[in-house]
Amino acid sequence: MNEWLDKHMGRLFLAPAVTLILVFSIFPLVASLIMAFARIRFSAGGFKVRFVGWRNFEKQFFGSEQFHLIGTFTQISLLGWIFGLSVTAALLWWIWGYVRRHFTWFGFVGRLITLAMGLGITWLFAGTLLSGNLFGTIGTTLFYVLVGCAIQFVIGTALAYACSKNIRGKTAFRVIFFVPMMITPIGVGYIFRMMADTTKGPFSNVWQWVGLGDFSWAADPWAARIFIVIADSWQWIPFVFIMMLAAFESVSRDLTEAAELDGAGPWQSFREITWPHVLPIAATVMLIRAIEAFKIVDLPNIMTSGGPGIATESVSLQAYYAWRALDLGSASAIAYILLFVTVVICVSFFNLVVLARVRKQP
Amino acid sequence: MLRKFLGGTALALATAIAPMSASAEGHYDGVTVNILTRPGPVIAGRMVERGEEFKAMTGAEIRVAEVPFAEIFQKLLTDWATGTNSVDVGVFASGWGVELVAGGLVENLDPYIAADDKIDLQDIAPYFRDFNQKVEGSTYFITIDGDFQMMYYRTDVFADAGLEPPKTWEEYLEVGAKIHGMDMNDDGEPDFGSCTFMKRNAQSYFAIQSVAASMVQSKGTGEGLYFDPATMKPKVNNDAWKKAFEVFKASVAFNPPDVLNHDIGDTRSLALAGRCGMVIDWGDIGPLSIEDGSQIKDKVGAIIMPGSTEVLNVETGKLEACEASNCPHAVDGVNFAPFAAFGGWTGAVSATLDDQKKQAAYDFLSYMNQAEQSNVDVTMGWTGYNPYRNSQLEDTTAWVEAGFSEASAENYLSAIKESLNHPNMASDFRIPGAQQYTGVVLDRELARYLAGEITVDQALANIEEGWEEITDDFGREDQAKIYSLSLGITN
Repeated sequence: MNEWLDKHMGRLFLAPAVTLILVFSIFPLVASLIMAFARIRFSAGGFKVRFVGWRNFEKQFFGSEQFHLIGTFTQISLLGWIFGLSVTAALLWWIWGYVRRHFTWFGFVGRLITLAMGLGITWLFAGTLLSGNLFGTIGTTLFYVLVGCAIQFVIGTALAYACSKNIRGKTAFRVIFFVPMMITPIGVGYIFRMMADTTKGPFSNVWQWVGLGDFSWAADPWAARIFIVIADSWQWIPFVFIMMLAAFESVSRDLTEAAELDGAGPWQSFREITWPHVLPIAATVMLIRAIEAFKIVDLPNIMTSGGPGIATESVSLQAYYAWRALDLGSASAIAYILLFVTVVICVSFFNLVVLARVRKQP
Repeated sequence: MLRKFLGGTALALATAIAPMSASAEGHYDGVTVNILTRPGPVIAGRMVERGEEFKAMTGAEIRVAEVPFAEIFQKLLTDWATGTNSVDVGVFASGWGVELVAGGLVENLDPYIAADDKIDLQDIAPYFRDFNQKVEGSTYFITIDGDFQMMYYRTDVFADAGLEPPKTWEEYLEVGAKIHGMDMNDDGEPDFGSCTFMKRNAQSYFAIQSVAASMVQSKGTGEGLYFDPATMKPKVNNDAWKKAFEVFKASVAFNPPDVLNHDIGDTRSLALAGRCGMVIDWGDIGPLSIEDGSQIKDKVGAIIMPGSTEVLNVETGKLEACEASNCPHAVDGVNFAPFAAFGGWTGAVSATLDDQKKQAAYDFLSYMNQAEQSNVDVTMGWTGYNPYRNSQLEDTTAWVEAGFSEASAENYLSAIKESLNHPNMASDFRIPGAQQYTGVVLDRELARYLAGEITVDQALANIEEGWEEITDDFGREDQAKIYSLSLGITN
């Protein structure tokens, strides 16, 4: 018995953790995958499942929900063609360069997936935003990810760099900058919705005074999207700040002081010593933020309910609304589409941008 | 000091023992009834208070769990269908319940009602008694709130402007534009011609149906608003719904600037602050107008929803002038169709409970519904309960005691009576998938049209396509059968 225990002790210790992962992570993943290919109806004693093949996905890309997920397509404008063809050519040149220089099948297949995603997103924007058509929840989500993460990274990094220097009251700044991240997103949503309410919010008199009393940000698609990005940034800049602060503080002072002695200015010192040192951490921070940003749901739900129209609706919110209406098949299909987009973009970003830069460093 | 302490202890003991003594006599000692409904205090709050009374009388403990409005049905359906059964009673819109009944998840309450000598079913208004509480002729739901939409207007503002309340939707647009910008609460700021909830994923899809009803339905409740009962072909892509959408959008001009982000909480707070000339709402505005802090006490008139001088010809899809042949219920050439939006909050008992718990659950719903309790509850705005019993409408005493002036109470109750007893009252969806048809498809396309994303023709075509998909998904024949049954009973 003892011998058996000794032999299998490792597996026994691992068993609880593995079981938990299987039950709470793998099983829901498999169950939702099954749901994505089915229509489900609840009834007494359980539910009825009817498999419908790819119909839930087909509906999103080619059917009645196409406008909702990817947008409305009529004809592509001249600007759209120029943009689309230019990016397509660049992407094809990039993959051709890879094939010529260091081809491996594994790397090639990975890049083909990246290429397909890149072409899809390029023509999605070319056919919608750049052609005067409406884009769907994927376009809106990408806007939140690209614009939101960029703002958060720039401001968070700048604040972190400032606080890493010897300035007065930096401990107080650290605490203040960190507070928004501790507030629940629903609370943040309500706070910003109240603040921006021009009719009866606490700042309605201020809005009137500055001449914006008759302007409704919630009725304008771009103003609404930007307001959500502002609220999201307000909440998540602290995350970038705290991570980058730790990164900046880990840079050896010996190196920066040596550079100063050698005559390097602050900018040169930052560019040549500090930035290369914090780059891997910065890339990881952005990766984590991007993954989170793809899942944005609370803020558009609370601030605008996805409106005006579907202008501020993210993919996660679309899935949530479908789930709420008990359209579990569509909700699962949308969730898997988002998972695919997120994984491809984030893995591509990490492999092709971050790792490439890190490998180039001496 | 000692005397105070002893006195306090005795009082505490007496307080603790009193309910125990009462419950000791109760025949439901040890029984707990778990109720799921929307967040309080509206609807849920009064149930908690009445639950305490019920416990003192019977011993049954009433626990009220609250979930966001949009998630009530989903949580209830999954709880009951999957056998979780953490909920004993659901309180929700009766229209949603048809799907629960179809799934065999809800108890038929006919035997309980037959043995109940206190519920006085004949006092409940015919629409709620014979239509809202029933599916296929049997009673599955107990009404605790009567819901349909009315129009409210500021009597002082209309008097100052020399205007009459609107009888048609065209008049609504005219008077709304005329009073927009007037200072209605003497704060020096211009106010709004009308306040309507137009936010997506809120209540705007109810309001648009109130506008469309009088243009679509003219031959009585049994005609229905939504489908051809034989084929389940949607009757939405036509001139009547088109005009309703256009009227709704035109009214944005005299609503608050951020109306597209306003839900019912926003419009009510604006109305009570005296900033709205007209409001489309359920019956709540009346009782809310007399509450502390209201700027509109005794300044609110209530009327049946405006009507239409043209109605839909289902064959051609065009609007035709209202005449005796196509508008049998019209008054002075105007067809009215008050919309029973949401249908009211109703309670349903899970079919899986044991007999004692079922009886306890029914008894509590009956207690809430009985005139002795409900006639008081409907006069209090914060409860969210609106009238549904004849005795609540016939006597103004309780309303005057609650704070209404005699004239306001009479005006309010007469508008309710006019709507409630109207032979052309339009029913809300009462078929499986009701939430998907309206809460998802209609709501989303309306929001897109209001936001300028699509034209009215595109919106209506999309709704038609979406409704067809849902019908096919649930089974066209099954849906047609249930829809026909839902139209079978008229006032």
